[in-house]
Amino acid sequence: MMSEYILEMRNITKLFPGVKALDNVNLKVKKGEIHALVGENGAGKSTLMNVLSGIYPYGTYSGDIAINGEVCKFRDVTDSEKKGIVIIHQELALIPYLSIGENLFLRNERSSHNIISWNKTYRDAAALLKKVNLSENPETLIKDIGVGKQQLVEIAKALAKDVKILILDEPTSALNDEDSDNLLNLLIELQKEGITSILISHKLNEVLKVSNNITVIRDGKTIETFENDENVSEDRIIKGMVGRELTNRFPSRKPKIGEVNFEVKNWTVFHPLIEGRKIIKDVNFKVHKGEIVGISGLMGSGRTELAMSIFGRSYGKHISGEIIKDGNKITVHNVRQAINHGIAYVTEDRKSAGLNLIDDIKSNIPLAKLMKISKRNIVDENKEIHVAEQYRKKLNIKSSSILQKTGNLSGGNQQKVVLSKWIFTDPDILILDEPTRGIDVGAKYEIYKIINDLADEGKSIIFISSELPEILGMCDRVYVFNEGRIVGELSREEASQESIMRCIMQSNREVV
Amino acid sequence: METVKNSGNKQITSIGQSIKDTIRNNIRQYAMLLALVAIMIFFQIATGGILLVPMNVANLILQNSYVFILAIGMTICILAGGNIDLSVGSVVAFIGAIAGTLIINMKYSIVPTIIICLLIGALIGIWQGFWIAYMRIPAFIVTLAGMLVFRGLTVTMLKGLTLSPFPEKFQQISAGFIPDVFGGFGTKLNITAIIVGLILAAIYLISEIKKRAERIKYNFDVLPLPIFIAQIVVVFAAIGIFTYWMAAYKGIPVILAIVGLLIIAYSFFTTKTVQGRYIYAMGGNEKAAKLSGIDTNKVLFFAYVNMAILAAFAGIAFTSRLNAASPQAGQNFELDAIASCFIGGASAYGGVGTVVGAIIGALVMGVLNNGMSILGVGSDMQMTVKGLVLLVAVAFDVISKKKSRS
Repeated sequence: MMSEYILEMRNITKLFPGVKALDNVNLKVKKGEIHALVGENGAGKSTLMNVLSGIYPYGTYSGDIAINGEVCKFRDVTDSEKKGIVIIHQELALIPYLSIGENLFLRNERSSHNIISWNKTYRDAAALLKKVNLSENPETLIKDIGVGKQQLVEIAKALAKDVKILILDEPTSALNDEDSDNLLNLLIELQKEGITSILISHKLNEVLKVSNNITVIRDGKTIETFENDENVSEDRIIKGMVGRELTNRFPSRKPKIGEVNFEVKNWTVFHPLIEGRKIIKDVNFKVHKGEIVGISGLMGSGRTELAMSIFGRSYGKHISGEIIKDGNKITVHNVRQAINHGIAYVTEDRKSAGLNLIDDIKSNIPLAKLMKISKRNIVDENKEIHVAEQYRKKLNIKSSSILQKTGNLSGGNQQKVVLSKWIFTDPDILILDEPTRGIDVGAKYEIYKIINDLADEGKSIIFISSELPEILGMCDRVYVFNEGRIVGELSREEASQESIMRCIMQSNREVV
Repeated sequence: METVKNSGNKQITSIGQSIKDTIRNNIRQYAMLLALVAIMIFFQIATGGILLVPMNVANLILQNSYVFILAIGMTICILAGGNIDLSVGSVVAFIGAIAGTLIINMKYSIVPTIIICLLIGALIGIWQGFWIAYMRIPAFIVTLAGMLVFRGLTVTMLKGLTLSPFPEKFQQISAGFIPDVFGGFGTKLNITAIIVGLILAAIYLISEIKKRAERIKYNFDVLPLPIFIAQIVVVFAAIGIFTYWMAAYKGIPVILAIVGLLIIAYSFFTTKTVQGRYIYAMGGNEKAAKLSGIDTNKVLFFAYVNMAILAAFAGIAFTSRLNAASPQAGQNFELDAIASCFIGGASAYGGVGTVVGAIIGALVMGVLNNGMSILGVGSDMQMTVKGLVLLVAVAFDVISKKKSRS
């Protein structure tokens, strides 16, 4: 007997070292439907799809995947593709200097006896492009077409593999509205041809527009699956996404908020490469002494770009606007000046931009202000050891010794080294960009405590995060950030997961 | 210079653990030092004791002085981000041509010639450094271009001919010995060399004791006293043997004194100064270095200017030793220098390596060359062996790291 469901994922549990990424997740997708998968960043959506597509092979998770009722054990992506499962990642997997046609049939070449038939390649490519309503010459290079068209090429590539279940991970996050509409309409057309789609999206209006059923995932667990009928609203989905208890996940603190000591006015930043593209649009905000101010927004909304452009113009060009500290306008044209003015920026990507992973803890900590432990340009190694031991103790950095390489530390301890490095510069303003990303719950709590202590010392903290509970649990005031603009300012009392989400959704609608 | 650094608060870290970490972090250097000793012992036996005859030791140093100088500069380029400089062999030849033209054809005296040569070296460095650091053209390509350009200019300048001979005084740079001002007490040994050896030993002893006292004051852990004493005895023995070699022949070669000073100065610069730390930080993670306020362009620029100045210096030394300015001079020198760095523990991706390591690497290659020459092994086989040693040294490092991680 054929199952009603083309895909069933039953009791999927996936462990990462120290983290339960998926906890008994169930997902049932009917044949020929568009099924939306929603949840916050880090809820486990992408992990679930990686399990499905064989990126995490059979045996690294527990539970069953059944396609048309038959249990499958995928060893890799090739296995899952044989069953017609194709995943299109947020980061497109196209090769820029190959043509559309070459990309379409990559690993699936039109050839006989291992020799590529270019005529067949381009003839078949043209047919596929027609299916996805893309009028481009298949010999055009990928780098010469826009992101929207590239997304369509990805779908055409999936069709070339005879796709049965198409998984799209945030397909419209980089698209403008026209391209988004195009793509969604295409999904509906493909549905008519019998192709099942799983759509992962933050844009709830899109989810409401195209999906038949919606599954909500939160903290690695399936919360609910419901039919998308007229009664379902965005608020209904948000409630499912965020309804979690917040007890004891954040250390308590009595804020002692002083006067304003940091202000950014009319801040506008352009893309460093694409001429004329505004990334940050006329942003104004201020921070008080001893205050933790949240900047809440989704990934890709421009939060990191905002922070880095303030931090010594580390991002962007044609930057305009003012930075005011303690009532005086300051010039911050490079990182050195920023550090000297008491600004610190803890990057969201500690591995690629925060630490020298091949060097030890001792050398990483004082790097941003080596002069502090140097005399006449010569580093005092005794002081260096002293400083390192001090921070190792104070921030409880778990390591074999201060000579352990930072690359061998766990994520939480790496983050503590990065924090030490910036606390060492004696900053007045700390910009923390996703300070707890990829860190287990216990270490998160420790890092929250460190942040609270810093605020209590009278430092101003700018806390950037895409995790709403964290913003709500930690911040005294919240700016909501979306598409390079501040779209809302909420006091601690006003701020809630719903109110923040509403600000973002509202601004999305305004742009439409 | 090779001291075991150890650290850690007594309450938190066991001494054993921090020593373990130190060894793990420098495994290739220690391994190569042992390999060097093993190779020396092997050839000492194989050549029937000729290798370590004082005269041959002096020869070995004179023969390889230019590699030492180039390896120091190359270490800094590699540290700053795994970049190599392919142009140094041609720069050596080019500077030789300039020195020859100035001294032999235009009758310049030696000091102004050396100053002009070093200035031209600096200009070459500024030229290449500009393209590499500020225009961000891969160093491989810029210095490959430099390799062709400066070789071409050398041949043009010398019109394809060899200029020779240089005045006696110029030859003394790489062939001379420091005069034995204290000599003549009825001994054949060079007294100056012995005095220098004693001074070095004293400086080492005092600095080690001072360092230890400071660590105890700060309550950091230190090596147990017996091991500390053993370490000093080993270093004393090394200094003693080396002093004997020098004293038993003609004393300290001028070029050894210069190279020695360069090694000490650059070792100090890379490990103890703020700018030295910046080089390591940049090589380890350029993005993180930039976000820590380090002007990474400037660091890279400096590395190449410095390399070219040292290449000019090596050019002077080599021309003096050859006693000729030849259009063919310096061929493959860049490869010797690069190989020395990698044998001595530098990482091809940057951020790891030491000046001392590169010198050990250069010595390994030098001893191999010299030992095989004494044994009558042809230069073809020598090349093959050197190539394999390079591969084995790096493979050993990569594999031992993989093991320690798993």
